[in-house]
Amino acid sequence: MIRFDEVSKRYPGGKEALIRVSFELDAGEMVFLTGHSGAGKSTMMKLIILMERPSQGQVFLEGTNLNRVSRRQVPWVRRSVGVVFQNHQLLFDRTVFDNVALPLAIAGFKHREIGRRVRAALSKVGLSDKEKQFPVTLSGGEQQRVGIARAVVNKPPVLLADEPTGNLDPELSKEIMDLFHQFNQVGVTVMIATHDLGLVSRMKRRELKLDHGRLEESAP
Amino acid sequence: MTKMVARSKSSGATVAVTGIRGRTSSWAAHHRRVAVESLSSLLATWLNSLMTWLVIGIALALPIILYLMLVNVGEISGDWDGKPRISLYLVHEASETDARDLARRLLDRPDIESTSFISAHNALAEFRAMSGFGDVLSTLNRNPLPAVIEIKPSMTDVGQLRLQVTSLAGLDLVDTVVFDLEWIERLFAILQFGERLVAAIGFVLALGVLLIIGNTIRLAIENRRSEIEIVKLVGGTDSFVRRPFLYLGFWYGLGGALVAWILVQGSLLFLSAPVETLAQSYRDDFTLSGPGILDSLIILGAGAGLGILGALVAVSRHLKEIEPE
Ligand SMILES: Nc1ncnc2c1ncn2[C@@H]1O[C@H](COP(=O)(O)OP(=O)(O)OP(=O)(O)O)[C@@H](O)[C@H]1O
Ligand SMILES: [Mg+2]
Repeated sequence: MIRFDEVSKRYPGGKEALIRVSFELDAGEMVFLTGHSGAGKSTMMKLIILMERPSQGQVFLEGTNLNRVSRRQVPWVRRSVGVVFQNHQLLFDRTVFDNVALPLAIAGFKHREIGRRVRAALSKVGLSDKEKQFPVTLSGGEQQRVGIARAVVNKPPVLLADEPTGNLDPELSKEIMDLFHQFNQVGVTVMIATHDLGLVSRMKRRELKLDHGRLEESAP
Repeated sequence: MTKMVARSKSSGATVAVTGIRGRTSSWAAHHRRVAVESLSSLLATWLNSLMTWLVIGIALALPIILYLMLVNVGEISGDWDGKPRISLYLVHEASETDARDLARRLLDRPDIESTSFISAHNALAEFRAMSGFGDVLSTLNRNPLPAVIEIKPSMTDVGQLRLQVTSLAGLDLVDTVVFDLEWIERLFAILQFGERLVAAIGFVLALGVLLIIGNTIRLAIENRRSEIEIVKLVGGTDSFVRRPFLYLGFWYGLGGALVAWILVQGSLLFLSAPVETLAQSYRDDFTLSGPGILDSLIILGAGAGLGILGALVAVSRHLKEIEPE
């Protein structure tokens, strides 16, 4: 589903964020991406959704060599990957409903279909009663769940989450991890970057460990 | 790429709508929605929008008013059908039959539209009636006035008129040809200059409108920077991101044109009474002509077009820079 082949990323300025990283993720897998701050976790995710391009090596997504994807084709790659960020990236002048509906509106879904899918996604993250509210009226955890609903609303085959539980309390963190687990159960390939090592060891999943841009894999 | 899209389609993951018709209708619905949303966002901040509309309207109205003035001046000065007159004063020896015959023959020439013959007798009668010198004239034993053929040429080009006058002056029966070419030439030159001036002013102001709209759209893009980043992040295409701004430009342009149209109609109303009084001393059926329905549609269309163009310029310059990070 996702394959890195000797991927290096050097940022302008000379910082080597990733060094010859290779790994492969099967469809339906769920992995954790760990490592110290600055190890290159976010960089890895940015390469998958083409926010950055590798300096060397190749990234494959569903068999597509992302190096061959032109600027104009980038949107279609992004539509097949749901992303959740620590800083929720919500539209604060739109309702919860409109935020979650955004990927569907972009993909040209019909009005009725949008309503149906948005409500399904919101009920999955437990926010059915908040669809008319604006994000500012929600707690941090609720905002995070709106972001998750938006990431999964068009049922992408891949879900990336960059520190989705960063500043949530343990209770909420667990809830959100359970959500990701549920998506994985229905076949979605899930990759979660996190600092929460306790959580990682509890979930007993494959772990990709980055250290100064180098990958040291460890099995569950 | 193709492989990926095909796969996700078969799994039903990202299949949006089925069939061309469904796709088109949801596309049209999206356009409608974006159009309405961008208009209502303008109306929500109506005071700001009104300012922009007024600026655009004034910039558009100025060349339109100048142009209409030009059209109206051309109408008054070009006499009742916009063409000059030539008077042929015939020699005294010309008999009335010969003179009438000449008038008829002239009518066959392609460069002459119509002729009217005034015999020496009629000319005298007219002069007597109009001047009040009847008594003096009756003491003369001979009619001092010549017969006249008035010619309406079929063209307005000054060069051609000059040639025509020369050829008419060469005719046997013709004594003098009276035609104030200088005056016509000067007027045409002024009108031509006016046309150029209006075109230049129109061009400069249209450019100004383009810049105003471009700058307004640039600000709108800047204001919605984070929204653009998010839309791109979740797979919005360039045209999806661009669309609301193009509609914004469209509404700015259309609203500005509407303001311009109102300003033009208003100033016509304001000017019509004095101008018509003045003009009716030249021709009595004169009314100030404003923009007709077609002209009005052209004004609105041009405004909307300028709006979209200005937005396109802004969008193509600023939207690419905004990428999610
Ligand atoms: N746009 C950029 N330009 C230059 N250097 C960058 C850029 N983005 C990241 N880096 C550098 O690349 C390295 C890896 O960054 P990255 O964001 O991938 O780390 P991370 O593992 O996500 O860290 P954290 O846990 O703090 O989020 C860091 O040293 C960072 O300073
Ligand atoms: Mg990071």
